[in-house]
Amino acid sequence: MEIRIDRERCLGAGMCALTAPEVFDQDTEGGRVLLLDTDPPPARSLAIRRAAYACPSGAITVTEPRPASGEPAELRGHHIRASETFDCQ
Amino acid sequence: MQHEPSTNSPEQAAQEAVVLPIQRPEGCPFDPPAELAELRERQPLTRLRYPDGHLGWLATGHSTVRAIAADTRFSSRYELMHYPFPGTEDLEIPPATVGDLTGMDQPEHTRYRRLLAGKFTVRRMRALTARVEQITAEHLDAMERQGPTVDLVRAFAHPVPALMICELLGVPEVRRADFMERAAAISAPESTLDEQIAALAGLGDFFRDLISDKRAHPTDDVLSDLTTSELTDEELAGIAGFLLAAGLDTTANMIGLGTFALLSHPEQAAALRADPGLADQAVEELLRYLTITPTGVRAALEDVEVDGQLIRIGESVTISIQAANRDPARFDDPDTLDIHRKATGHLAFGHGIHQCLGQQLARVEMRVALPALFTRFPTLRLAVPPEEVPLRTDMNIYGVHRLPVTWGEE
Repeated sequence: MEIRIDRERCLGAGMCALTAPEVFDQDTEGGRVLLLDTDPPPARSLAIRRAAYACPSGAITVTEPRPASGEPAELRGHHIRASETFDCQ
Repeated sequence: MQHEPSTNSPEQAAQEAVVLPIQRPEGCPFDPPAELAELRERQPLTRLRYPDGHLGWLATGHSTVRAIAADTRFSSRYELMHYPFPGTEDLEIPPATVGDLTGMDQPEHTRYRRLLAGKFTVRRMRALTARVEQITAEHLDAMERQGPTVDLVRAFAHPVPALMICELLGVPEVRRADFMERAAAISAPESTLDEQIAALAGLGDFFRDLISDKRAHPTDDVLSDLTTSELTDEELAGIAGFLLAAGLDTTANMIGLGTFALLSHPEQAAALRADPGLADQAVEELLRYLTITPTGVRAALEDVEVDGQLIRIGESVTISIQAANRDPARFDDPDTLDIHRKATGHLAFGHGIHQCLGQQLARVEMRVALPALFTRFPTLRLAVPPEEVPLRTDMNIYGVHRLPVTWGEE
C-alpha cells in the first residue's frame, strides 16, 4: 500500500491520528498530518483506508491493488466511497 | 462517459420545490422530521423553496451531504446565503465577524485554522483526560450532595465543558463565575434578544481585558500562546468568542441530550455501564444518532454538478446533516441507537475544511463524562415524564434546556 499525504491541504482536524494512530500523527505547530510509517503491514490497511475516508480535507491518498482485479486503485480523501472502507452497501 | 447534468425550467423547479421539514415527530425527541427520510429516499438532492422566495437546494443523502461539505466551490460566507428556516425572510445577514471561522472561506479561513489547529490535536486533547476526569468527579460529588433530584444540565452537562473552556482560554479562577454568567446569558432560553446582545458585548469586553492580561503575564493556555502570533487584539477577542460559542453549547447539549437518550434506552445505558471500554464508540454513535447540529447551509460560488444535477452559481444548498446521519445507505438500521455499532464516518462534526476544530476535545469530554455519570449513579433516571423534558427545538444547536434526574430507591 502506498500512502501519500498533502500537508498543504491538511487542516489539522486529527481524524487520521484518531483512526490510525500507528500510522499518522499531527505536528505540534499547526496540527498537520505526519506520516509515521511509510510501509505499514497489511493488517493496518483497513484502518488506513478509513483514515483517508475520514479526512475532511482530502489530504490522504492511498494506492493499493483492488482485491478483485489486482489493478491498483487510487483512493483520495473524500472521493473514497464508504463501501470501500466499511461493511455497508 | 460525457453526459449533461439534468436541468429543468424554472417553472418545473418551482413546482418540484419543497420547504424544509423542521417538525420532529411527536413523542420522538431524538428523531429527525419524518419527511426528511421520504425526501432522502426519493431524491437525496432536491429543490428547496427558501422563506425569502429563493429557489435553492436541499441535500439529505449521506454521500451527497459529504460531497457538498467537502467541496470548496460551495461557500460558507453568511452574506451569500439564503436561510431555510421560517422567520428569516427579512433577515439581512451580515458577514462573519472577526475571528468567526465558521463564516469564512479559504484562504482567510485557512490562516486562522492553521494558527489554531495545533492547539486542538488528538494528542493535546488526550493529555487533558486526567483534568476532565477530575472536573467530572468534582461535579458528580456536588450533584450527590445536592440530590437526589437535580437538573443535570445545570449541575453537570453545562459546567464541565464550561470549565474546560475556561482552562483552555486561561480564564483565571477569580473571574470564572463572572465569565460563566455572561456565557450562560447568551444562550439562556429566558434571555430577550436585547439581553443576549448585551451579554455578547459584555463578553467582548471581558475577552479584551483578558487578552491584555495575557500579553502582560502569559500563562500556559491557548490564549497566551496565541498572543505570540501575528493576531491582533481584535482578532484574538473574536477567536476567543468563537471558541466559546463553538465549544460550550455543543458539548453541553451532547452530554445533556446524550444522557436523555441513554436513559430512554436503558439496555444501551446498561451496556455502557457493564463495559466502559465501549465509551469511544458509544460517543461516536451518540454523535451520529443525535446530530445536535442538524442543518448547515452553503452557497455555490460557481455552477457545480452534484448527483447529475446542476447547482447554479449563487444558489443556496441546505445540507441536512441529521438526514445524512440516518441514511440507510450508509448505516444499517440507522434509526436504532446501538453503541456497539462503528459509527465512524458520521457527519455530526461536519466534513470539509470547516469540520469541527474542537472535535477531539469534545470526544475526550464526552468519553469521560458519560460513563462516569452512569457508573456513579447506577439508578439514574428521569425525574419527570419524558414528554415534559423541555427541548431546544427553537435553537441552532439541539438538546435539552433542562433534564430533571433523580437516583436511589424508587
